[in-house]
Amino acid sequence: MDVMPKWADVVLIPLISIFLAAILSALVILAIGENPWEALKLMVQGALGSTYGWGYTLYYATNFIFTGLAVAIAFHARMFNIGGEGQALLGGLGVAIICLYIPWPHWSLALLGAAIGAAIFGAAWAAIPAFLQAKRGSHIVITTIMFNFIAAALLNYFLIGALKVPGSMEPASAKFPEATHLPSFQDMFSFGESTLFRGAPANITFFVALAACFGLWALIWRTRLGYEIRAFGHSESAAKYAGISPTKIIMVAMLISGALAGMMAINNVQGEAERLVLNAVEGAGFIGIAVALMGRSHPFGVFLAALLFGFLYQGGAELALWTSIPRELIIVIQALVILFTGALDNMVRMPLERLFLSMRRARK
Amino acid sequence: MTEQAPAIELKGISKAFGPVQANKDISIRVMPGTIHGIIGENGAGKSTLMSILYGFYKADAGEVFIAGQKTSIPDSQAAIAAGIGMVFQHFKLVENFTVLENVILGAEDSGLLRPSLARARRELKSLAEEYELNVDPDALIEEVGVGMQQRVEILKALYRKADILILDEPTGVLTPAEADHLFRILENLKREGKTIILITHKLREIMEITDTVSVMRRGEMTATVKTTDTSPAELAELMVGRKVLLRVDKAPAQIGRKILEVRDLNVTDDKGVHRLKGVSFDVHAGEILGIAGVAGNGQSELLEVLGGYERATGSIKVNGEEIDLTGAKSDGQSRRLRGIAHVPEDRQREGLIMDYAAWENTAFGYHHADEYQRSSLFMDNAAIRKDTEEKMARFDVRPPDPKLAAKNFSGGNQQKIVLAREIERNPDLLLIGQPTRGVDIGAIEFIHQQIVALRDQGKAILLVSVELEEILSLSDRIAVMFDGKMMGERMPQETDEKELGLLMAGMTTEPQGSLHEAVEANLAHAGGDASKEV
Repeated sequence: MDVMPKWADVVLIPLISIFLAAILSALVILAIGENPWEALKLMVQGALGSTYGWGYTLYYATNFIFTGLAVAIAFHARMFNIGGEGQALLGGLGVAIICLYIPWPHWSLALLGAAIGAAIFGAAWAAIPAFLQAKRGSHIVITTIMFNFIAAALLNYFLIGALKVPGSMEPASAKFPEATHLPSFQDMFSFGESTLFRGAPANITFFVALAACFGLWALIWRTRLGYEIRAFGHSESAAKYAGISPTKIIMVAMLISGALAGMMAINNVQGEAERLVLNAVEGAGFIGIAVALMGRSHPFGVFLAALLFGFLYQGGAELALWTSIPRELIIVIQALVILFTGALDNMVRMPLERLFLSMRRARK
Repeated sequence: MTEQAPAIELKGISKAFGPVQANKDISIRVMPGTIHGIIGENGAGKSTLMSILYGFYKADAGEVFIAGQKTSIPDSQAAIAAGIGMVFQHFKLVENFTVLENVILGAEDSGLLRPSLARARRELKSLAEEYELNVDPDALIEEVGVGMQQRVEILKALYRKADILILDEPTGVLTPAEADHLFRILENLKREGKTIILITHKLREIMEITDTVSVMRRGEMTATVKTTDTSPAELAELMVGRKVLLRVDKAPAQIGRKILEVRDLNVTDDKGVHRLKGVSFDVHAGEILGIAGVAGNGQSELLEVLGGYERATGSIKVNGEEIDLTGAKSDGQSRRLRGIAHVPEDRQREGLIMDYAAWENTAFGYHHADEYQRSSLFMDNAAIRKDTEEKMARFDVRPPDPKLAAKNFSGGNQQKIVLAREIERNPDLLLIGQPTRGVDIGAIEFIHQQIVALRDQGKAILLVSVELEEILSLSDRIAVMFDGKMMGERMPQETDEKELGLLMAGMTTEPQGSLHEAVEANLAHAGGDASKEV
C-alpha cells in the first residue's frame, strides 16, 4: 500500500513546501528592513489585483507552461533536458523566419505557421543532443547545456548578420508584418467602454499553451507512445525486454521536448515583441525545470506551477518598482521555492508520511 | 550440575518497518555447539532477525542474551565483540585484495600491515588444518571461485574470534559438491564447540545438517523443533500455513514436432567476453527442456538472445522458420509475434515495471496487440483493465486489484502477473527463467502446475533455473551449461544431483582426489559470475 493518499502527495506537499519557502523569504525581507506582509500584499496586488497584472502574470505563465511541459516529457523518459533555453531561442529564430519571409494573409494562419516553425526549430536543436545520447551515450545534461551557449551564439550571429535591419545599430530583426500580429488579451476581452488587460502582453498563445497541456496529458497517459516513454523512464532494462527501442524513445521524447520549448517563442517573439531580439527567452528555459519539478511532471501540475511562477515573476517586478527590495531578491525567493519543492522534497514528505502512518494506525 | 546457558537467547524481539511488522515477538534459544536452522519463505523476517542480532537494525522491543549475559548490540562492532560472526548471502569482500588482506581488513593490529599479515597467515594455517578451511592466502579474491570466497568469509569471522556463526542462504551460489564440502566444514566447527545458525529456504539442507530448526512465517516464529522429530512435509506446512505438495505431479511427456531449433549460437558481450560458445539444442512440442548450471554460465544470455534483446550469431528456427538475430526484426516485439513468450529471470528489473499498475503490466510487451487499441494512436485502457481482472482471477493473483502498482504485490503474486501475461497469449514456445526465485512455497506449487499444464497443451518450454531440484522435478530432458557451452543432455530419471553437479562444473568424469577442489578450480577458471543474484 502507498503510505499517503494521492491528494496529499500532489497537493499537500507542494503547498507546505511553498509555505515554508514563503516563511524563509519573509525572514529575508525582514532582514533587509522591509515589511514582509506589505511586500506580499504588493506582490498579490501587482500580479493579481488588476487585469493588467493578470495580463503579465498569464504572459509569463504561458512561457513557463511551454518550457515546463518540455522538461516534464523528458523527465517521463528519465532524461534531464536542461536545454529548454537554447531550444526556445532557436524556436524564436524559426518564428522570425516564418513571420518575416512568408506573406501571411491572416494572423490565424501565421500562428499555425509560426507554431510549426518554432516546433521544428526547437526539436531540431534538441535532436543533436538526443542523437548523441542515444547512439554515443553522451550525457544529455552536458550536451543540452552546451547547446544553450551555442544557440545564444548562433542567434547573435543571425541578429548582427542576416536578420539585422540594414542601417540599424540594434541587434534585432525587423518588426514582423501587421498580418502576423497575434490578438492580445486586450484585443480579445475588451467590450465597448471597458478595456481589460490594457497594455499587458498576454495573448492568444495562452490558449495554445492550455491545448498543449491537454495534448501532452493525452499523449503521456492515453497513447501507446506515452506508455512506452513512461515504461522506458521507469526501467530501461524492462523496456528492452518488452522490445521497446531505447533509441526511438530517447529521440522521440527529446524531439517532443524540444518542440514544446521552441513553441514558447510564439508567445514571447510573435505575441509580445513582434520581432526577434537578443536574449528573448530571459531564463524561462531554466524556470521550466522548476515548474516541471514542482508540477511532478504532470501537465496539470505544470500548469499550476507555471501560474505560481508567473505570479512570482510579475509580483517580483512590482516589488522592485515600489520598494527598496532589489529585483535580485525575487530570484532568491524563486530559488527558495525551487529549493523546497525540488531539492528538499523529502524533508516535507517524510514527516508527513509518518503522520499519515500514525493516523492510519490510530484508526485501526 | 546447572543447565548450560544457551549461546544465544532472544526474548520477545519485535521490529516494524513502517506498516510492515517484520518481526513479531520472537523468542528463540540456541544451545552452544549446535547447528540451528531458521527456515521461512521470502519476507518471513529471517534476515531482519539476523540483522538485529548483528547490529544492523535496532529492535523495537525485546532482549538479546549471549551466553547467558544480557547484551545490547547497537552496531556490528558490538556484535563482533560479543563473538558473533556473519556470512552474508552476498559476500562483502574486496575483489582486488588478496585473501589475507581481506581477512585482516578492519581487524589490523596496528598501522603497520606486515605484522598483522604475518599473524593472520599463521592463524589461517592453523584454522585450515583444524576445520578443512583451506584457502590460498595470496590469491586475489576476483580470481578464486565462489566456494573459496565463502570460506574466506567464514575465516574472517573466525579470525575475529567468533563463537557464533550466522550463515544467510549459504548454498545459493554453490554446486552440490561445494555445498557438501561446506556442510563438512560446519560439522567440524560444531564439533569444536562453535554455534551455527543457518538461514535457508531449502528444506533439504535443514534436514541434512541442523540439530534444531525454527520456522518463521509472516514475521512470527511458528515453531521450534528438533530436526530428528520433524519431516520436510511438516516444515513446509509450518512455513506456508497449509499442506503443500512438494513434488510435481506430471504425466509422461507427449513429445510432438520440433518447435525450437538452436544451432551454433555465439554471443560476445560489450567487454569482449565470449558468453555463449557454439550452443545447439532443440525443444519439442509437449516437452520441458530444463537448463541447469551455476549462475553466470551463459543461461541468462541464452534467454536474452531468444527473447530478442541480445545480439548473437548462429541460427535459431522456430516452427522450422529462421528468425532474425541481428536485423530489423531481431527485437522483442518480433519474437512475440513469432509465438515466443518469455518470463524473464529477473521479474523486477525486466518482467515488470514496478511503478506501473498491474493492468499496465499486463499489456507490457504486448501493448501493440490489436485488442488493446482503441484507435491507431490511443490505447484502450478500459479493455486492458478488464482483461487484467480476468487474468488475475484465473491466476489467483492477490489482491485482485488491477490498479495496484506491481511493487505492492508479493514476489509470488508478481510472478503470477508475469506468467498470466505470457501464458495467456497462447505461445508456441515459453522461455522461463528462475520461475520460482523469491517466490513463496504456496505460489511455487501453483506456478509449477501452470508450467506443466502448458506443456500438456503441447507447447514447448525452455526452463532455466539454478535450483537443481526444480530442474529435476519439472524437466522432461535436462541440458547442462558450463562456461557458455552445453555440457550434454541427460534424462531426469537417469541422472542425479551428483552427476549434474559435475557437469555444472564442466566435468564429464569424476575427478581424481578431492571433488570439491576440482569443481571449484574449474568454476573459477570459467569465470562464472557469482555476483549474479540467485
